[in-house]
Amino acid sequence: MKFQVNNNEVYASTGGRPFDKNKPLIIFVHGSGLTHMTWVLQTRYFAFHGYSVLALDMPGHGLSGGESLKSIEDMADWVSDVIDAVGYKEASLVGHSQGCLVTIECTARNPDKIKTLSLMGGAGAIPMNPELLSLAENNDPKAVELMMDWAHGPAGHFGGHPVPGLYHINTGSMLAKTRTIKNTLGVDFRACDNYKNGFEAAKQIKIPTLSILATDDKMCPVKEGKKLANLIEGSQIDIIDNCGHMMLLEEADRVLNVLKKFITTNYPSNK
Amino acid sequence: MSDKKGMDPKTYKFDTLSLHAGYQPHKNAGSRQVPIYQTTSYIFDDVDHAAALFNLERGGHIYSRISNPTVAVLEERVASLEGGTAALATSSGMSAIFLAVMTLCEAGDHLVVSSQLYGGTVNLFRLTLPKFGIKTTFVKPRDTEGFKKAIQKNTKGIFGELVGNPGNEIMNMPEIAKIAHDAGIPLMVDATYQTPYLCKPIEHGADIVVHSLTKWMAGHGSSMAGIIVEGGKFDWMQNDKFPTMTQPYEGYHGLSFAEEFGPTAFTMKARAEGMRDFGPCLSPQNAWNVLQGIETLSVRMKKHCENAEKMVEFLLGHESVAWVSHPSVPDHPDHDLANKLLPNGKGSMIAFGIKGGKAAGEAFINNVKLASHLANVGDTRTLVIHPASATHSQMDEATLKFAGLSHDMIRLSVGIEDIDDIKNDFENGFRAARKPRLVSNQ
Repeated sequence: MKFQVNNNEVYASTGGRPFDKNKPLIIFVHGSGLTHMTWVLQTRYFAFHGYSVLALDMPGHGLSGGESLKSIEDMADWVSDVIDAVGYKEASLVGHSQGCLVTIECTARNPDKIKTLSLMGGAGAIPMNPELLSLAENNDPKAVELMMDWAHGPAGHFGGHPVPGLYHINTGSMLAKTRTIKNTLGVDFRACDNYKNGFEAAKQIKIPTLSILATDDKMCPVKEGKKLANLIEGSQIDIIDNCGHMMLLEEADRVLNVLKKFITTNYPSNK
Repeated sequence: MSDKKGMDPKTYKFDTLSLHAGYQPHKNAGSRQVPIYQTTSYIFDDVDHAAALFNLERGGHIYSRISNPTVAVLEERVASLEGGTAALATSSGMSAIFLAVMTLCEAGDHLVVSSQLYGGTVNLFRLTLPKFGIKTTFVKPRDTEGFKKAIQKNTKGIFGELVGNPGNEIMNMPEIAKIAHDAGIPLMVDATYQTPYLCKPIEHGADIVVHSLTKWMAGHGSSMAGIIVEGGKFDWMQNDKFPTMTQPYEGYHGLSFAEEFGPTAFTMKARAEGMRDFGPCLSPQNAWNVLQGIETLSVRMKKHCENAEKMVEFLLGHESVAWVSHPSVPDHPDHDLANKLLPNGKGSMIAFGIKGGKAAGEAFINNVKLASHLANVGDTRTLVIHPASATHSQMDEATLKFAGLSHDMIRLSVGIEDIDDIKNDFENGFRAARKPRLVSNQ
């Protein structure tokens, strides 16, 4: 659905169901340069099982208007604005990669508004490889190719997509090329690189938090994910074998099962 | 910077993908070879799991008409080789074209189609699709401007064979893609003759690629199969021409394929709607057979092309041959375009005219022994046919002429036998073909 936030049009997938303000809200925040479509194998399930879902296209990404936000802090405030804009007082947040930085910061800034936090491939800081950053800022498609290479584990490189007929690497590449690379990936990578408050923000989080990590994640390795999770009081960790950074697609079923258990336990819906 | 060691992507390359893409042994009992899942259906964990699969909330298999694990390996493998986001395998090349058109079009829609096509494809567009309310304007493949002029308000796409069957005319794919995209419609290309080893149409602007996998991809003349590959670049939401892609679909609780699946929307719709309602599914055994062929695709295509160029040379110098059409020939009208689009080889399909016309053609066909006379192309074995009396025999004279066919034309699909044996066989055929003329001249 489309709605306005800060005078810009925002697109968010509602998971194939009409948006219903009477149901608890789950907001999904995508990673650098990507779109709401990365969440399709999680959002539809929740939308059909008692929740209202918003898989956002961040400003300047996918089908959303406006320009890409330049800092993680701005993105965190924007997610909070989204909750207000759709008429809710609270929500559960799910983030992937850069989306983890955004949702950590958003949760720390809005302790009463965010009820659960689910992090996939998250870390307290995501410093960028300077050459990758430069390629993205210079609109070089090789930035997308490198990101897709590093974002998929060895198994994901071979394929075996959970949806029959889809090929991981090429699908991911197309998602990252839906808009101009320098205006999405370039801006996002710079925002990740500049963000330094992840560990401090994590210490302030007191809500139920889940971290899903993957053994073959080169972008946010398990070690970094654990370091972040250990700063969050009572945080749960789930580690997926033979899987890379794109766990939400590479091991979509496993991710959905873990997420389902966590959210339905800690943020139940009676709808 | 990007040239520094370690900064190039390490994604697998063509020959590796031909052997490995789409398959993970550790999820299949460690089986090194792709297993043949000879099953109709798949057990659900519980009622919730079943509902989630039917509602596209999860990936997975329900019923082998819709998807099958062995077939899915083939689909991913071909998608990876073509540079596509997704693919859907079908029971034949014709069913791939039909399903692609039915996914794209509704009654009242129109297509612009190259006139140089396999005879069965011509009949589909000319005679069968109008029964579904889908009309076609045919344009000669070299008439690039003609494609632009033929586009109407209700045109939903442009379709053509990259290299026309059987005359070897080449579509100027980059220019025709631009014409299609300027009009807000996709370009659909049949690249059966090339395989992704010779050309990846998506890199040249095609949005949807179809193949008869029965031919060079499978390569051994054993199994029927087809496939639709999606490029993932086409924006279905840029205009209001494709409501079945962009508007809520009653068949899946108001799902919008374009919004939910973006770069894989066409494949998702073709499977969820087309396979569900039409059902031209590929058998797992045939999928496995095609996978065996694809493992050696690059090795075979090199040999096919090498033999084809030697046969072109042989035919050009032969006294019984009136003309030869192959994109490798410098005076072929599309030779320069072929060099641009087909740098790895010009394919193994040759059309040639035999002196003496139809009678000589029949005598030639009846007297070759190594080359097989049959209605197929892209076998490892050399194949010949006389199109006017076989593959295109259901066309009337006017349609034959419009399709660029003549009664002296022989269609040759060059195999990978020893080249000297193919030449010797053709000498026997030509010798027999000359006899009726000598008799008639007396």
